[in-house]
Amino acid sequence: MKMISKKSLNGFINYGIIIVLFIIFQSLLSTKHLSSSLSGQLVPICAYVVMALSLNLVVGFSGELSLGHAGFMSIGAFAGVIASTALSGSVTSGGFRLLIAIIVGAIFAALAGVVIGIPVLRLRGDYLAIVTLAFGEIIKNVMNCMYIGVDSNGLHFSIQDANSMGMEPTGTIIVNGPMGALGIKKLSTFLAGTILILITLFIIQNLVNSRSGRAIAGIRDNRIAAEACGIQITKYKLMAFVVSAALAGSAGALYALNYSTVVPKKFDFNTSILVLVFVVLGGIGNLRGSIIAAIVLTVLPELLREFQDYRMLVYAIVLIVVMIVTNNEKASAFIKGIFNKKSKEVA
Amino acid sequence: MANDKEQKLVRVQSPNFLPEKELKNAPILEVSHLGIDFGGLTAVDDFNMVVGQTEICGLIGPNGAGKTTVFNMLTKVYQPSRGTIMLAGKDTHSMNTIQVNQAGIARTFQNIRLFDKLTVEDNVKIGLHNSINYGMFEGIFRLPGYWKEEKKSHEKALELLSLFDMQDLANDYAGSLPYGAQRRLEIVRALATNPKLLLLDEPAAGMNPSETQELMDNIRKIRDVFGIAVLLIEHDMNLVMGICEKIVVLNFGKIIAKGTPSEIQSNPEVIEAYLGKAATTPGKEA
Ligand SMILES: Nc1ncnc2c1ncn2[C@@H]1O[C@H](COP(=O)(O)OP(=O)(O)O)[C@@H](O)[C@H]1O
Ligand SMILES: [Mg+2]
Repeated sequence: MKMISKKSLNGFINYGIIIVLFIIFQSLLSTKHLSSSLSGQLVPICAYVVMALSLNLVVGFSGELSLGHAGFMSIGAFAGVIASTALSGSVTSGGFRLLIAIIVGAIFAALAGVVIGIPVLRLRGDYLAIVTLAFGEIIKNVMNCMYIGVDSNGLHFSIQDANSMGMEPTGTIIVNGPMGALGIKKLSTFLAGTILILITLFIIQNLVNSRSGRAIAGIRDNRIAAEACGIQITKYKLMAFVVSAALAGSAGALYALNYSTVVPKKFDFNTSILVLVFVVLGGIGNLRGSIIAAIVLTVLPELLREFQDYRMLVYAIVLIVVMIVTNNEKASAFIKGIFNKKSKEVA
Repeated sequence: MANDKEQKLVRVQSPNFLPEKELKNAPILEVSHLGIDFGGLTAVDDFNMVVGQTEICGLIGPNGAGKTTVFNMLTKVYQPSRGTIMLAGKDTHSMNTIQVNQAGIARTFQNIRLFDKLTVEDNVKIGLHNSINYGMFEGIFRLPGYWKEEKKSHEKALELLSLFDMQDLANDYAGSLPYGAQRRLEIVRALATNPKLLLLDEPAAGMNPSETQELMDNIRKIRDVFGIAVLLIEHDMNLVMGICEKIVVLNFGKIIAKGTPSEIQSNPEVIEAYLGKAATTPGKEA
């Protein structure tokens, strides 16, 4: 019982940190103490925190490497924008439309997670890294040539150009190929972002500390022993991957509905790696570390704008300090693990 | 349908087939003509063995004889090249590792395989996984099923740990335990899967004489309390001769002797296999 309370205490501290940070930033915001660039970053920071937390479920708890997390963010972003724009006539409440957009984003990203996960997670070895890497690029390129619009007849799609969708002249173009989603009505708020972080924490923490979460971590620690205990390997790897994809999709919807336009190029390999950096620097399997790393590494470049000349120097020093402070032992073990995984697999 | 027919066919052909009513007294494990090749190398050949429902059996032989490979075939880590394995009257041919575990075989590993970054209690709870009855959503949303089943599995885990007097270590990380405790935890975790047959691969390796003595008592206790069969691989002859009712000796993948401890001890072929091996290659282990 002692351990259970220690684990849930840890979880409650994480909720507390998020709530305290929200109160601090919200009061800075309402008393106009926040620079305009930083206040514009609040929702993206929330989205990145959710991204980092969800990737940590795959990388930290399931022990798989995913290099295409931004792909799920992209799917969530565009699905969310489409849902929100398509419903702008029928659902008048902005908050409710945001909720629907986030749920739709999560569902579509989860479906993509299932489609990728089922074939790949059956295999042993680091195939997931390769496939997710390709997935991220494919999603970016597919979205680059997607044209989606809505009129009184419903949604229209095309992969050629906006005109070939055959819409009524009064229809709206939602996604315009490489120019991305246009004319988005900004619905995301800092409060909504904070709530999404809390929900993400709730889902991941409770999942990890349950029967399924033990199975997921057990498979990571020793696949052969887990099988010998009767654990369905593919099922639990898929569970972690799909939950993670769904959360990334919800982050994507939150992110996209914070801007008037979103281009597919935003969710490229660099974004996937950036999120992976948050996870590795924050500590593999360390949720609080992911939160802190995502916030610090997003805010820092903004704060350092004034010190143009020394910006990269300070950034580098902070990176090193973060790495030393958080579990860099685990990070190095993880990097070693990538190379040693094959030899561990032998019975 | 097709599957049904196939199953029946196998059963009729198998010399080990027994009508349901006789299963009660039937052996838990019947292995016949089991063999496996790795490329050109035949690691195990024509392995035959029967284990009774509450028997403690030993599998001994020099290093590299193929003992662990037999365990790996029984648990389907390796698919055998030849032969049949009947577990409680059922052919395990089409089963995988997970299904074999659910059908009643649990094991420990020669090179310890614990969930190092999880607590001792969580290691045991993973063993209990298939007897814990709630799903992902009940876990995430902390529905009544979660609380009820977690309470039950917590109690069950501590009860199993107390068998080996390890309940005070419940919150320690498995990877941080001393060697002997890690071996004991592996046995507890295996027992948690509720097996009919427990396979122990060198359970006394790295233990001191007093720990080994305690282990012998505990293996007997497990058999008596749970009423299950135990098949163990071990190099410690005091342990093997002390608790095994039946011993099979393997050398170069082939059975060279079978019998009671006293029969094995006086078997000239066994003595030669051990002495000959010891003289050429001392203690190489995977
Ligand atoms: N996966 C494998 N591939 C090739 N050879 C193997 C494999 N597993 C076991 N062997 C070989 O089978 C033989 C028996 O090994 P093992 O069962 O581990 O011996 P024991 O447990 O009796 O010491 C050894 O020669 C070993 O090299
Ligand atoms: Mg061995």
